[in-house]
Amino acid sequence: MTLWGWVLAASAIAFATKLAGYLLPAHWLERDEVARTTAAMTIGLLASLITLNAVTSGRSLVLDSRLLALVAAALALKAKAPFLAVVIVGAATAGLARLAGLP
Amino acid sequence: MSLTPATRMGASIALATGLYGISFGALSVAAGLSVWQTQALSALMFTGGSQFAFIGTLAGGGPAAVAAASLLGLRNAIYGAQLNATFRPTGIRRLAFAQLTIDESVATTFAQDDPAERRRGFWTAGAGVFLAWNLFTLLGALLGDRLGDPRAWGLDGAAVAAFLGLLWPRIQAREPVGIAVVAAFATLLAVPALPPGVPLLVAAAAAAGVSAWLHRGHRQGSR
Repeated sequence: MTLWGWVLAASAIAFATKLAGYLLPAHWLERDEVARTTAAMTIGLLASLITLNAVTSGRSLVLDSRLLALVAAALALKAKAPFLAVVIVGAATAGLARLAGLP
Repeated sequence: MSLTPATRMGASIALATGLYGISFGALSVAAGLSVWQTQALSALMFTGGSQFAFIGTLAGGGPAAVAAASLLGLRNAIYGAQLNATFRPTGIRRLAFAQLTIDESVATTFAQDDPAERRRGFWTAGAGVFLAWNLFTLLGALLGDRLGDPRAWGLDGAAVAAFLGLLWPRIQAREPVGIAVVAAFATLLAVPALPPGVPLLVAAAAAAGVSAWLHRGHRQGSR
């Protein structure tokens, strides 16, 4: 399949997933185990995405400016900064660290 | 137009999330997608986390990218069910509701108590993020070509920060912090050993496993 094929397939699945929520029986999703498992998986996925984006490159572990961006973003969140400010802090930290010559 | 609390919140979230679209557009082009393919993801897939997961795992092949994006989008089914219980859309309106079902529109909806405010919140955040996200994606994709390496501008740092910003409100108790830490370590262990895309699945399974283990034998959570 071409790259366009994968883009459209993933988009179709994303839309079908959203739509499925409007067709699923609400009482099933409200079951304790289901709600708990989906909440845990969302946390796991986000934690994994943070890890992948902060310290990996392909199949290797890499320490570079992105880790500084993660720490700076955590400090901003700790200081109750709004979402937009946190994103800007992350970008500025990585950008400045690279300007200073870090990888 | 007079602003209500719901529309004000929706508009500011639309702006914040939209700006972050520059990062997506630039990184997507850097990952090898064309401007149009990038734009298709923002308009059609329209769920930021999945879009970043798609371009982030594309190096491991199309199937890995589709799997990572789809798995990360699963929460949207839960959101859809919650919104369905609240708004009960019918017919063709269901399709519009479904497409605008994202973290931001759900968060804005359920931050309100009044039904009319909830509706205003959903549409302002949903449509607002859609417009801003697509506009800034295009800007990022076009600039990305010219900027060369988006890493020089720290845009990969923006992605890390944004994911942490989405996770942060969910880890305000000991149990979710534990789940997040286990998932992060599972990812670190899996990355060198498994093809790209798979570590994300390992982390999701680990998170579900930890949750099940913590709640073994009793029905109510420790929270």
